[in-house]
Amino acid sequence: MSVREPLPHYLAEWQQKIEEVARRYGLDFFPINYEVLDYKTMNEVAAYGGFPTRYPHWRFGMDYEGLSKGYEYGLQKIYEMVINTDPAYAYLLEGNSMVDQKTVMAHVCGHVDFFKNNYFFSKTNRRMIDGMANHATRVRRHIERQGIEKVETFIDTCLSLDNLIDPMSQYIVRRAPPPREGDEPPEEAEVPKLRSKQYMDKYINPPEFLDKQREKLKAEKERAKKFPEQAERDVLLFLIEHAPLERWERDILEIIRDEAYYFAPQAATKIMNEGWASYWHSKLLTMHVLDASEIIDYADHASGILATAEGQLNPYKLGIELFRDIEERWDRGAFGKEWEECDDLAARKNWDRRLGLGRKKIFEVRKLYSDVTFIDEFFTEDFCRTHKFFSFGFNDRSGNWEIESREFKKVKNKLLFQLTNRGQPFIFVEDGNFENRSELLIKHKHEGIDLKVDYARDTLGNLARVWKRPVNLLTRMDGKGKVLRFDGKDHSERAADYK
Amino acid sequence: MSQKIDQDHRRFRDIVRGKIKQNLKKYITQGEMVGKKGKDLVSIPLPQIDIPHFRYGQKQQGGVAQGDGNPGDAMGQGEPQPGEGKAGDRPGDHLLEVELSMEELAAILGEELRLPRIEPKGREKIVAKKDRYTGIRPTGPEALRHFRRTYKQALRRQIAMGTYNPKAPKVVPVREDRRYRSWRTDPLPQSNAVIIYMMDVSGSMGDEQKEIVRIESFWIDTWLRSQYQGIDSRYIIHDAMAKEVDRDTFFRTRESGGTMISSAYKLCAAMIDAEYPPSEWNIYPFHFSDGDNWSVDDTVTCVDLLRKQILPRVNQFAYGQVESPYGSGQFIKDLDEHFDDDDNLVTSEIKGKDAIIDSIRDFLGKGK
Repeated sequence: MSVREPLPHYLAEWQQKIEEVARRYGLDFFPINYEVLDYKTMNEVAAYGGFPTRYPHWRFGMDYEGLSKGYEYGLQKIYEMVINTDPAYAYLLEGNSMVDQKTVMAHVCGHVDFFKNNYFFSKTNRRMIDGMANHATRVRRHIERQGIEKVETFIDTCLSLDNLIDPMSQYIVRRAPPPREGDEPPEEAEVPKLRSKQYMDKYINPPEFLDKQREKLKAEKERAKKFPEQAERDVLLFLIEHAPLERWERDILEIIRDEAYYFAPQAATKIMNEGWASYWHSKLLTMHVLDASEIIDYADHASGILATAEGQLNPYKLGIELFRDIEERWDRGAFGKEWEECDDLAARKNWDRRLGLGRKKIFEVRKLYSDVTFIDEFFTEDFCRTHKFFSFGFNDRSGNWEIESREFKKVKNKLLFQLTNRGQPFIFVEDGNFENRSELLIKHKHEGIDLKVDYARDTLGNLARVWKRPVNLLTRMDGKGKVLRFDGKDHSERAADYK
Repeated sequence: MSQKIDQDHRRFRDIVRGKIKQNLKKYITQGEMVGKKGKDLVSIPLPQIDIPHFRYGQKQQGGVAQGDGNPGDAMGQGEPQPGEGKAGDRPGDHLLEVELSMEELAAILGEELRLPRIEPKGREKIVAKKDRYTGIRPTGPEALRHFRRTYKQALRRQIAMGTYNPKAPKVVPVREDRRYRSWRTDPLPQSNAVIIYMMDVSGSMGDEQKEIVRIESFWIDTWLRSQYQGIDSRYIIHDAMAKEVDRDTFFRTRESGGTMISSAYKLCAAMIDAEYPPSEWNIYPFHFSDGDNWSVDDTVTCVDLLRKQILPRVNQFAYGQVESPYGSGQFIKDLDEHFDDDDNLVTSEIKGKDAIIDSIRDFLGKGK
C-alpha cells in the first residue's frame, strides 16, 4: 500500500479495546493493520482477492464488475476483508456504521487468530503481499516483451489447470528424496540366494523359484524407469519440471501454481474459519463491546450474515453452530465411549458431567482440524437433525432440484464428498511418455461421479497447449473405461481398461 | 479516480463484447443479479466467463443444505450455482430487464455484425414538446391553483402572525398565500420510425419457419429500437387475404390455404398512406414468406405495388425467404430480377436457423 493513512482516532481506540478483550479470551493473533477504504477501492481490492496489487488479468475485472453492480444496486456490500499475512491487513468500508466497524474488527480478530494458529496455514507465505506484487511485476515484464494477447492467453490456459495441485503435499513427504551425492549407486541387484552347500543348492534354491524372483526384479526396475515413478498428483509441478516450455511460460505457470497453493488452505478451512470468526465476533460484541443502543442493529446484521437461503449451505452458519455445539458438548462431557453408547434419550438430554472443557476443546479444534476432518468428527446425528440438514439432487424426470434425503449417513457423506478436495475430481499424471510417444497420460480417479465431459475436453485442450504434444485422459464414463485424447487439433475417444 | 482495476475491467468488457479473444466466447454465460427498483424486481445482467476445469457435472453431484421439507419435495429456486438458475419462474416474481441490457444487446449485435449506424432520412428530427408538472410557484392561472398548498401556506402565515386560534380554526388565504402548480416543458422525441412486419401464414409455413421469423424479427426490432428514440411496430399476416394483427397473434397463427402476397402489400401500402406520411416517418417493411406465390399474375401485381407505392416511400423494403419443404421459392428470384438495381429493396434467403445472422446482416448492413 503506497499511501497509508493512520486509522482515525475513534476507530483506533475501538481496535485497541476489542483486541484487548480478545486477548483475554486467549485469542492469539498477528498485529492487524486496518485501512479504511471507499467502496470503489474496496471493490477493487476485493476483486484482487484482498491484495492491493495483482498481475493484470481480465478475470479480476469480471469480479470487479460483479461487486460494483451488486453495490450500486444495493444488493450486497463487503463488510469485511482480511488477508493472511504477518502483520495482517484488514479493510473497513468508509461510511459503515460504528456497529458494523466493531463487528468487523472483532470478526477479523477471529480470522487472524485462525490464520496464525491453524495447522493448515503453517506453511503459507506470510509476506504474500510482496509475493503478489512480485508476481505482478514479473507478468508485466513478460507482457512487455511478448505482448498482452500472448501472455494473457497463456494465463487463461494455466488457470484452467490451476486446480491440479496437491494441497496436502506441503505437509507430507510424497517423493523419495533424490539420491545425495556420495551415496553409492544402488548395486545391480542379484536374486538373493539362501546359503547352501553346493550339492544342496538346487534343492534349497530351486531354479524355477529363482526365475520368478528375477522376473519380479525386472518388473520393479521397469517401474523405476516409468516416468513419473508414482502417479503424480501435482500436475502443475510435473508440467513445470517436464513440459517443453519457454522460459516466460514456465515462469507464469510457476506463478499460477504458487498462488493456487497460497489460496488452497483458505478453501480447505472455509467453514471453520468463518465459523470461528463469527463465534468470536458474536461473543466479544454481545458480552463486551456493544452498548444497549447498538444491540438491535447488531442483531439485525448478524441475522443477515447467518441466514440460510433456501437450498444453500452457509459456511458462517454451519461453522458457528458446530463450534457452539462442540463447546456445549465438552462443557457437559457429552463425548467419549460412555456417551456414544448411551441410547437413553432422557439421560442424553440431561447429561452433565460438569467438565467445563468446552473452551479448551474449541481452541484445540481450531488448531488441528480442516473442514473435512471437522465435519467428519463433529457433524453428529443429533446436530444434523437439530439443524435440519438434508441432501439434494437433480431429478431428471421432473427437471427439478429435489430434497433427496434426511438420513444422517447420506447427508454427511454428501457433505464430506463436497469438501474433499474442494469437491473437485482427483487427477494424476500417470505417464509422461505414454505409449513411448512422449504423450501425456493423466488419470481421473473415479469416485462415483463422472467428469463434466465438455469441460474435460476443453481442459484437455489447454493441457495440450502446455504439454505441446498429444494428451490423454483416462477416466470412466457411464461405468465404462475411456480414454479421451486431444492431439492438438482433434478430439477423439476410445474404450480403455479402467482399473 | 482511475484505478488499477480499470484496465482489467476494460479487457473483460472487450471479451464479453467479442472484440478480443474469440476463443473465450463460448464460456461466456449471461448471469444475472436480481435487484429491486421501486416495486419491481429488475434483472441486472452479469456476464461471467467460466474458465474450463476438470470438474464434476453439477447435476450428478447434488449437495447439502438446511431447511424444511420432505424428501422428494422440489426446492424452490434451489439451484445453488449462480448463472444456471432460471430466475423468475416462481409466481409473483415480476422481473423487468434493466434498460441497460437491451442497449448492450443492440450494441453487441451492432459490433458483432458490423452494422452501420442508421442515418435517418434527411430531415429534421421530429421533436414534440411535453409539459410536466414539476413544482409549485406563487403565481399562475387560477385554474392551476393548488388548493391544499394554498391553505397550508395560509395556516403557516397565521400561526407565524399569532392570529390562528386552534379553538376556532378559521383559515383565510390572502393573495400572497396562493400557490400554483408549475410545469416544465420537456422536448420529447417523437416516435418517428415504424416497422411493418408481414408474414406469410399459408399452409406451407410450418412451426420451424415461424420460429426463424420470430428470432429474426426480435433482433431486427432490437437493432432498430437502438437507432430510433421511439418506434412503432405493426404486424400483418396473410394467406390469400391479409389482415393486421397484434404481435402475439402474428407469431402464433397458423392459417391454411393459398398465398396471395399482393394482398399484404396492398394493406401495407394502405397503412403507409393512411398513417405514416413518408415526410415524417422512417418506414421499414419486412416481409417473410416461403416464396410460393399463388400465380404469376399476382407476382406482377406485387412488383407493381412495390415499385409504385411502397419503395418510393420507405427507407428500405426487406424480403426474407424462409426455406420450406413445400414452397417453390420462386418469389425471391422474381424480386431480384425486377429490382436488380434498386438498393431500397433487399432480399435474403434464410436457409435455417444458422443463416439468421447472415440474413440480419443482409437486411441491416446498409445503414438505411
